[in-house]
Amino acid sequence: MKNPFETEERRAFRETVARFVEAEIKPFADQWDEDGEIPWELHEKVGALGAFGFGIDEAYGGLGFDDCFMRAAYWEEMGRCGAGGVPAAMGGRNISVAPIHDLGNEDLKMRVLPNVIAGRTGSSLAITEPGGGSDVANLKTQARQDGNHWVLNGSKTFITGGMKSDHIVVAARTGGEGLTGVSLFLVDHDSPGFSRTPLDRKMGWWCSDQATLYFDDCRVPATNMLGEQDRGFIAVMNNFNLERIGLVAQCLGMMKLCLAESIAWAQQRETFGKPMIRHQVIRHKIADMSARIDALEALVNQICWAVNESANGDDMPVAEISKAKFHATKALEFCASEAMQIMGGAGYLRGNAVERTYREVKVMAIGGGSEEIMRDLAVRQMGL
Amino acid sequence: MKLLVAVKRVVDYNVKVRVKSDGTGVETANVKMSMNPFDEIGIEEAVRLKEAGTATEVIAISLGVQQCQETIRTALAMGADRGIHVLTDDVLEPLAVAKLMKAIVDKESPDMVILGKQAIDDDANQTGQMLAALLGWPQGTFASKLTANGDSLEVVREVDGGLETIKISLPAVITTDLRLNEPRYASLPNIMKAKKKPIDQMAPADLGVDVTPRLETVSVVEPEKREGGVKVETVAELIDKLQNEAKVI
Ligand SMILES: Cc1cc2nc3c(=O)[nH]c(=O)nc-3n(C[C@H](O)[C@H](O)[C@H](O)COP(=O)(O)OP(=O)(O)OC[C@H]3O[C@@H](n4cnc5c(N)ncnc54)[C@H](O)[C@@H]3O)c2cc1C
Repeated sequence: MKNPFETEERRAFRETVARFVEAEIKPFADQWDEDGEIPWELHEKVGALGAFGFGIDEAYGGLGFDDCFMRAAYWEEMGRCGAGGVPAAMGGRNISVAPIHDLGNEDLKMRVLPNVIAGRTGSSLAITEPGGGSDVANLKTQARQDGNHWVLNGSKTFITGGMKSDHIVVAARTGGEGLTGVSLFLVDHDSPGFSRTPLDRKMGWWCSDQATLYFDDCRVPATNMLGEQDRGFIAVMNNFNLERIGLVAQCLGMMKLCLAESIAWAQQRETFGKPMIRHQVIRHKIADMSARIDALEALVNQICWAVNESANGDDMPVAEISKAKFHATKALEFCASEAMQIMGGAGYLRGNAVERTYREVKVMAIGGGSEEIMRDLAVRQMGL
Repeated sequence: MKLLVAVKRVVDYNVKVRVKSDGTGVETANVKMSMNPFDEIGIEEAVRLKEAGTATEVIAISLGVQQCQETIRTALAMGADRGIHVLTDDVLEPLAVAKLMKAIVDKESPDMVILGKQAIDDDANQTGQMLAALLGWPQGTFASKLTANGDSLEVVREVDGGLETIKISLPAVITTDLRLNEPRYASLPNIMKAKKKPIDQMAPADLGVDVTPRLETVSVVEPEKREGGVKVETVAELIDKLQNEAKVI
């Protein structure tokens, strides 16, 4: 569908990412996923495209501008690479650079951001704890002040990029119960009292790492606090908006991949004496997948427009983003399932993009705010 | 050193080309178009020469419909300094392109013109050679390595038997082969910078060139569908098939 918001630069950037995915990722995605790792070089190559610099000043290696359409284009095209672990392996930084940039002090930003944005080092965001991820206001990791330091105790889990990141944005409790007692810290991987272990044997996203992080009297300089004390919850919530748009756009790319694979297979495979694409049941599956793709694409464009407008003072479309998140994962679930049916037994074998996409539906439906929590947030936004 | 690089807008190399139902040509409506891959190599080589301090200016030229501007923008995002667009909806044959390019060379006086060895749409492999002839310049075609030494160029050419190294004087015409380099991706900061780079637009008439086609396309047909292969059991069967079915022996 023609996008009413298209510009020459947006088209060109999407084209760059699409070509990059085609040439630099797709041919290797299967192998990387089986190996459980992507080469670090890929972080730097994607960094060189400018993909990590949205909303970051040029002084820190960023683009010096933001554009939600381009962010979405990046995630959608990455979604088409057929292995969600690839963008995830690089994606810790996408969700952690904004708090560093918006809330960190000058020295810290100069020290951390240029390397992270260029892909030379990694960064992660650590909110979820072994005790729970949905109820962010109730997180248990503690931080107490000790002279010029903060001392952290507790643990985080499911942290994407956690094993490899040099810098981790950590939410910890500095005040009383609930959402008014949470602060954000930048914890460097070599801080005393910090350790980590990998989460193994996951359903999907094999070539990305997720870690459990331990803070055992972990000392960080007081200057590593990001933003004001006890004001971290709102920063975490704000940060979720762009993360969720990225996930929604990635779902769209995954859906398009499912459709493309389904069509290719249905044209080539014959059953009952004719190509599958000539059977009405299969044609209807294609129609249903395609209609969901059109609808999600239109919604993504509308939300991107609204997010760009929010830079000019409009409200962030929080309710729409929340609804889009579960709408997208449900649509993806449908498309991945139908694509599996069209592929039949061939789809059940490892090493094809549809099988992997089907397994990776759930991380999209749970990570970054689960479907249940997204519905709850949407209804709260309705004042109910 | 000033470099002119030709960039042609062609059907994207990933697209499965289809013949128009009336047999007059190849379907280009609603088909993804991109820069001719050999021209990307040309731009990459020019930008590398600029980065190395050998070249001072890189000018990207495209000839054809309005959307050729997108192709020029891509070249600008890869690092070219400015663009020239000769706007026409007419079909341009290699000779017309070579004449238009010559007219631009006369205006711009570059030290080198780089073109692809061929465009992947009609695979003519003529334009660079025709341009060199019209200009009376030396040519280094099918270049797989280029070294500039003052006012001469060493060109390694891909020829049937292997590689041939020639030395030619500047100004010269170069056509690129596949292995000359690996073109870069246009990064987002460079895409944004490209927006501000100038593109001059002109018509063939402004350059005093008559682009009327001299060739007539009689028909365009799809290649015959290939039949699936068969396995033969014996040598005798193979010989029988070669004799009686394929009729090659
Ligand atoms: C691969 C992967 C990568 C991840 N990466 C990161 C990361 O980089 N950083 C990070 O901080 N976190 C990360 N997460 C964690 C993710 O954000 C959490 O898993 C998610 O927020 C849900 O938290 P939980 O798993 O603790 O489930 P819980 O909060 O325990 O919830 C369990 C289930 O109950 C439902 N539920 C909870 N409360 C309610 C309610 N009130 N009403 C109805 N249903 C409810 C939830 O929807 C969920 O289905 C990642 C997770 C995965 C799987």
